[in-house]
Amino acid sequence: MVGAGSPAISVRGLSKHYDQVRAVHGLDLDIEDGEFFSMLGPSGSGKTTVLRLIAGFEPPTAGTIRLGDEDVTDRAPYDRDVNTVFQDYAIFPHMSVLQNVEYGLRVKRVAKPERRRRAEEALATVRLEGYAARRPHQLSGGQRQRVALARALVNRPKVLLLDEPLGALDLKLRREMQVELKEIQREVGITFVFVTHDQEEALTMSDRIAVFNDGRIQQLATPVELYEQPASAFVAGFVGTSNLLDGQVAKELVGEDGTFVIRPEKLVMHAEDGAPAADGNTAVAPGVVREVVYLGASTHSVVELDAGATLTVAHQNTDRSIDAALERRQQRVVLSWRRDHLVALGRAPDPETPSPEEES
Amino acid sequence: MSLISRRPGLRVGLLLTPPMLWLGVAYLGALAALLVTSLWAQNDFTGNIERTWTLDNFRDLFTIEVYRTITLRTIGIATLVTVVDALLAFPIALFMAKVASPRYQRLLVIAVLMPLWASYLVKAYAWRGMLSSNGLVESIASPFGLGTPGYGLLATTMTLAYLWLPYMILPIYAGLERLPNSLFEASADLGAGSWTTLRRVVLPMVFPAFVAGSIFTFSLSMGDYIAVKIVGGTSQLLGNVVYDNQGAANNLPFAAAMATIPIVVMLAYLAAARRTGALEQL
Repeated sequence: MVGAGSPAISVRGLSKHYDQVRAVHGLDLDIEDGEFFSMLGPSGSGKTTVLRLIAGFEPPTAGTIRLGDEDVTDRAPYDRDVNTVFQDYAIFPHMSVLQNVEYGLRVKRVAKPERRRRAEEALATVRLEGYAARRPHQLSGGQRQRVALARALVNRPKVLLLDEPLGALDLKLRREMQVELKEIQREVGITFVFVTHDQEEALTMSDRIAVFNDGRIQQLATPVELYEQPASAFVAGFVGTSNLLDGQVAKELVGEDGTFVIRPEKLVMHAEDGAPAADGNTAVAPGVVREVVYLGASTHSVVELDAGATLTVAHQNTDRSIDAALERRQQRVVLSWRRDHLVALGRAPDPETPSPEEES
Repeated sequence: MSLISRRPGLRVGLLLTPPMLWLGVAYLGALAALLVTSLWAQNDFTGNIERTWTLDNFRDLFTIEVYRTITLRTIGIATLVTVVDALLAFPIALFMAKVASPRYQRLLVIAVLMPLWASYLVKAYAWRGMLSSNGLVESIASPFGLGTPGYGLLATTMTLAYLWLPYMILPIYAGLERLPNSLFEASADLGAGSWTTLRRVVLPMVFPAFVAGSIFTFSLSMGDYIAVKIVGGTSQLLGNVVYDNQGAANNLPFAAAMATIPIVVMLAYLAAARRTGALEQL
C-alpha cells in the first residue's frame, strides 16, 4: 500500500493563524509516495488550509513543507511540483477544453506536438475523448470536473491536491467518480491528497485518512482502523454512526469507567423473551424501540436502553418487508453485542487538547 | 383605484407613460429634429434658416478638406484618450479589486469617484492653470530639462484622459472583481508567473470591460468641446466646430450636419463593441 523511501510530502510544525483564528496548529504529517491520502473533517477544521499551504497559495505562519527532498516552504505555487483540482474547478472560461488542458504545458513552453499529444492522452485518461474543442459552458458539472482533473494530471506532478472536487456533483455521479478517481490514481501512480467532509467518500477511496478538527489531526489511520478503532468520541462520531456509552451507563453495562463506542451493525436486537443470556463474551441490555428509520439497504432502529443511553441498531433488509421492524416501535426489546466489539476511547476527549494520535 | 389594481396592464401603462414620453419626445425627438435641421439650408445673406431640403451641408462636410482633417483628428484624440485611460486604469483597478483589503477597497472607490463631484469647468480650468508657463507641470518637469507642453492637442488629450479616467476604472474594476480568485490560483498552480497569468487569463477575460469603459471615454471625447476651448489653444475638434458654427456663425443646419459625424462614428463603434459582448458589462 505505502511505498518505501522518502515521503512525497513531509510537513513539520505547520501552523497557519489568521489574526486570532488558529486554522492549523502545529501539524506534523508524512504522506507516502503513491498514496491516496484523505484529509477528512467538518468545515473550518483546517483541512483545506493544509491543502492550500501545500499548494503554496498561502504562506504558513510557522513550520516547513517538504516535497520529496526539497524544502518548498517559501516557494511560489508555480515553482512547486504539485497541481490542484479546485472545488469550483477554476476552468478558464475563455479557453476550449483542449486549451485548458494544455495550459500548464504551454506556460512551461513544451513544444506544440508534444503538448497536443499529452493533452489528448490526459483527456483520454479522464474519458473525455472528443471533447477537446468544446467550450467550458457547454459541459456538465461532471465533465468540468474531469477537465479540471486532466488539466492537473497532464503536468505529471509529484502530488495531486484535490479540494472537495466531488462536492458539487449529485450522489450517483459522485459514487461513480469515486471509483473512477481511485482507478485513475492507480493508473497514473501519482500521490493524491484529497480533502473532503464526506466520511463515506474518504472511506471508499483512501489508503489512509487524517481526521481533522480544530486545526489538528484527531486520528491518522487506514479506513478500517478508523472505523473499527476510533481514537476519540469525535472521530467515532464523525466517521460513521456512533453509539457512545459513558459515565454511569458504561459502569452499569460494561462494568468499567470510561467512554466506549459500538457501531450500529454490531448490535443485535431480540424480542424480550428470545434474548440470549449475558456471559463472558456477550453483553445484553433491555430497552424500548423509539424510532424505526428505513434506509433502503438497511433499517436503523433507535433503542432507548433502561440503563439510560440511546443506541442505534442497524440491520440489513434481507426480507422484502420491514413490517417486523416497524411492529417493534414502542415495544420492549433486548440488545446484545460481543464484548470485544466494544471500543474503549480512553478518557473523555476535550476539544482543546487532542487525544493521543495513533500513527499507523 | 380598484380599477387600477384589477388591471395590471393599465397600471404598467400609467407608470411608464411619462418616462416613455420623455424618452420618445424630448430625447429622441430632439435628436430627430437635429437630423432634420441638417438637411435644411441657411440663407447666407440674412442668416435665416430656409426650410428647403438639401444635402449641401453634407456635401461641404465631405468635400472641404479641413472638415475631413478635423474629423480624423477628433477620432485620433478620442482613441488616444481611450488608450491612455486604459493603460492608467488597469493597474489601479487590479489593485482595487484583487490586492486592497475590503476597507481600503471602499476608500479607493470613493477616491476614484470623487473627481466626478467637482464641476467639469473647474477641473478643465485647473488643468489650464497647471499647464500654464510657470505652472505645476512646468515646475515638475523643469529639473529634467522639460517644460509644459503648452496649450494644444497634447494638453487636450491629457485633460480629457484625466476627466474620463473614472469611467474606465469602474467597469474594469467591476470586471476584475467578478473574476474568481481560484482562476488566478489555478494559473499559478499550473506553472504560470504573474505576467503570464495577466496576459493569458486576466486580460482576455476582462477585455469586454475595457471595451465597456472605452465606450464612455471614446464617446465623451468625441463630443467634447469645452476642454479643447480651455486648454486646446487654437486646435479645432468636431465639438468646438459645432459650437462655433452654432454660436458665432449661427449656421445651425451646418452645425447639425457636423454633429451627425460623432453619432455615426459612435454607432459604428457600438456595433463593433457588441460583438465582444461588452454591452452586457455596462
